[in-house]
Amino acid sequence: MNGKSHDAIIIGAGIVGAACAYECARRGMRVLVLDREIVGGGTTGAGMGHIVVMDDSEAQFALTRYSQTLWQELRPQLSDDVEYEQCGTIWVAADEEEMAEVRRKHEFYSQRGVPTEVLSADRLKNLEPHLRNGMAGGLLVPEDAVLYPPCAADFLLSTARKHGAELRLGESVAVGEGVVYTSGREFTARFTINATGAASPQLTPGIEVKKRKGHLVITDRYPGFLRHQLVELGYLKSAHSVTSDSVAFNLQPRRTGQILIGSSRQYGAEHSEVDHDILARMLQRAQEYMPEIATMWAIRAWTGFRPATPDKLPLIGPCPSDNLVLLATGHEGLGITTSVGTARILVDHITGVKPEIPIEPYLPSRAAKEFTHA
Amino acid sequence: MPDSVNLTVNGRSVSVPHGATVAVAVAIAGLPCRTSVTGEPRGPLCGMGICFECRVSINGKRHCRSCQTLCDQGMDVKTND
Amino acid sequence: MTDTHPFDVLVIGGGPAGIAAAVRAAECGSRTGIVDDNPNLGGQIWRSSTEQSPPTEAAEWYLRLQKAGVTALSGKRVFDQPAPGVLLAEGDEDLLELRYRKLILATGARERFLPFPGWTLPNVMGAGGLQAMVKSGLPIRGKRVVVAGTGPLLLAVASYLKDHGAEVSIICEQASYSRLALFAIALWNQPGKISQSLELKRALDGVAFAPGSWVTAAHGRAALESITISRAGKPQTIPCDYLACGFHLVPNIELAQLLGCQIRDGFVHVDDLQQTSIANVFCAGEPTGIGGIELSLAEGQIAGLAAADRDDEARKLFSARNKAQRFARALDRAFQLRPELKKLVAPETLVCRCEDVPYSRLQRHTSWRSAKLQTRCGMGPCQGRICGPATQFLFDWTPDSVRPPVFPVRVESMSPATRNFETLKP
Repeated sequence: MNGKSHDAIIIGAGIVGAACAYECARRGMRVLVLDREIVGGGTTGAGMGHIVVMDDSEAQFALTRYSQTLWQELRPQLSDDVEYEQCGTIWVAADEEEMAEVRRKHEFYSQRGVPTEVLSADRLKNLEPHLRNGMAGGLLVPEDAVLYPPCAADFLLSTARKHGAELRLGESVAVGEGVVYTSGREFTARFTINATGAASPQLTPGIEVKKRKGHLVITDRYPGFLRHQLVELGYLKSAHSVTSDSVAFNLQPRRTGQILIGSSRQYGAEHSEVDHDILARMLQRAQEYMPEIATMWAIRAWTGFRPATPDKLPLIGPCPSDNLVLLATGHEGLGITTSVGTARILVDHITGVKPEIPIEPYLPSRAAKEFTHA
Repeated sequence: MPDSVNLTVNGRSVSVPHGATVAVAVAIAGLPCRTSVTGEPRGPLCGMGICFECRVSINGKRHCRSCQTLCDQGMDVKTND
Repeated sequence: MTDTHPFDVLVIGGGPAGIAAAVRAAECGSRTGIVDDNPNLGGQIWRSSTEQSPPTEAAEWYLRLQKAGVTALSGKRVFDQPAPGVLLAEGDEDLLELRYRKLILATGARERFLPFPGWTLPNVMGAGGLQAMVKSGLPIRGKRVVVAGTGPLLLAVASYLKDHGAEVSIICEQASYSRLALFAIALWNQPGKISQSLELKRALDGVAFAPGSWVTAAHGRAALESITISRAGKPQTIPCDYLACGFHLVPNIELAQLLGCQIRDGFVHVDDLQQTSIANVFCAGEPTGIGGIELSLAEGQIAGLAAADRDDEARKLFSARNKAQRFARALDRAFQLRPELKKLVAPETLVCRCEDVPYSRLQRHTSWRSAKLQTRCGMGPCQGRICGPATQFLFDWTPDSVRPPVFPVRVESMSPATRNFETLKP
């Protein structure tokens, strides 16, 4: 082992770190996973758990679709507490302009082998009777799914541990000159992976990952009220914006029958307290689309920080400013979806296997060329 | 002020003293308030609006804490809703 | 949403501490409001009953409350603070925006529940819980009741139930004879308490009182039918219709936490004028330390006077408070939970009742947060108010941050259309 303590040290026990651990361990590598807190306690524990194909760019599509198919392959092995449900997504169109976008997306996905269905206003109402009247229609993506992220991360880590991976929690971690310091000890590995999400610039200074705060609210149980994940097409405008705070209608049915209400995006907000104005706007938006939500019981509101990059693509591969560290971070709101795909192409790449989708668009070294143009 | 209040619990008529809570009406009807997520029957535990075991539907509104709701004449209460 | 003119003093919680605080503040001329989530004022100890009028002491305070012109807002749940000096409260049909200059938290306490096999059966309730139900009209005459757990509440509840015709066969107090004897000695300083105890003793003639005993299981199919207790180390099965089982009290500090008040050892930290770490927020009664009604009344009055800027008059009540605090400390020592109670849970015994999480699923976790995320323990509507104290006792876990809403509220209450919170001024 060339004097190294491990083949791979993964820092971050969230969904991306867990997926990396799973990939490395099942290939027979000696793996160590470190986290300063608990499994899935960061963005993974705060987010929605939506597995969704996206078409913002070819690169985003490639990674989300690839990763979605990997989740489908994993599905039979997932434990029950992961609560994987292929409920599908419906992108909701409120007017004709948004319906044009629906048709464009349908065409885009059709050309790339992703099954989707254009929904008329009537068909939409049949599928989701509690949407307010007057919607123009929508796009159903039946292969999208939802799951419960903390248990998904735990599942991946447990599987990695069955293959011999070690997990050390609750101690802070530092990395320098290829050495990982934690618990008063030093560890070295062929591959050191920074999968610490929103905290990744703390571990590897200088990387372009910024916090993008989000809010969520969960309700009491209303089984049968909602069948699919519903997202407004305006969501894309919200996710696209790099400067302003925004909200978008984004609703998820949990297997428990609880409704998860999102979503919001803010820049520059560092504290984890609930921002009442943003929360109110987000909830108002949800009530505009589904009026009956108004009298549902909201049990808790919370916030999370998405790790965002300037070009909205994750950083997967060697870190330009420290080539002893590999990055697997910057997934913004697509961490759950792209975790398993990220891990697969990263580990393929570093072990000399050709990744099934090109890794170039996500390599951190693109930053030097692209970010200056942002 | 009337001495008793009449309401229905799962369609059955129940009479309670004035000032009684819906939780008491459900108890007088001999019913548990709700079914837990794994199917257990449940009734009030804390009696003060904290445990949420006493949740019932009142006049169509779901998940109401019955131990903190006074009975009204003609109320329609449903358990396990 | 109803917008109120600012209160000089706003009191949250309508039990003895809150009422005493509101009365004193209002009698000093402060524009005072008092908010409580129950249909009527009184909290738990002065809870109104369908059959009886309030105890004399309570009635006197209610009269003073009325005469002093306190605005009483019953049936309103305070759930959030959108800006300093403003609280949001939800009623069944409305939403209130409450503005204040000074705030007094008198949010009381709740019972501590410890899990044991069968504890989720209908008709297993808290001790205070069953008493509250009987006060709210539950027929108890002729029903067989066992009262169990720990704390002086057990005797008070047993006496109340017996007065209302229940057949109370036994009171199972987990504290040992020797601990209780120490407690009795501490009562020598409190003549009022001794006469209370003597009254209780008389009232409970014919009811077995068993220190050093506890419930090990409850049995029944659709509802409770019998219980098994451990008494003098031996098991004993007792048929019964109701089990009133609670293990002393846990302070309701969630609103104080949401506001950012400093918490020490699980209680809201206050100075001698009952002021918290936040300049215009006071706290009185059980959230500052479990101490019973006399302490609540003393602290409430001090907080009310201090909030009305009558510090000198507040100080006159210090000796009454100190005396009541001695009783509180004796309480604490006597009713500590014995370690055997940690062994009552079986692997399949539910610990989180909202999400039906059994003990076996919690055992591998080393923190509340980890257990919560992985099992959903504490994520249900009660937000850990029932399972939190239980897991604290079983595993030494401390619960994490409080987020709004402090109680479940309608989604529309968290998104009032007509308000921009940034423009609110204290």
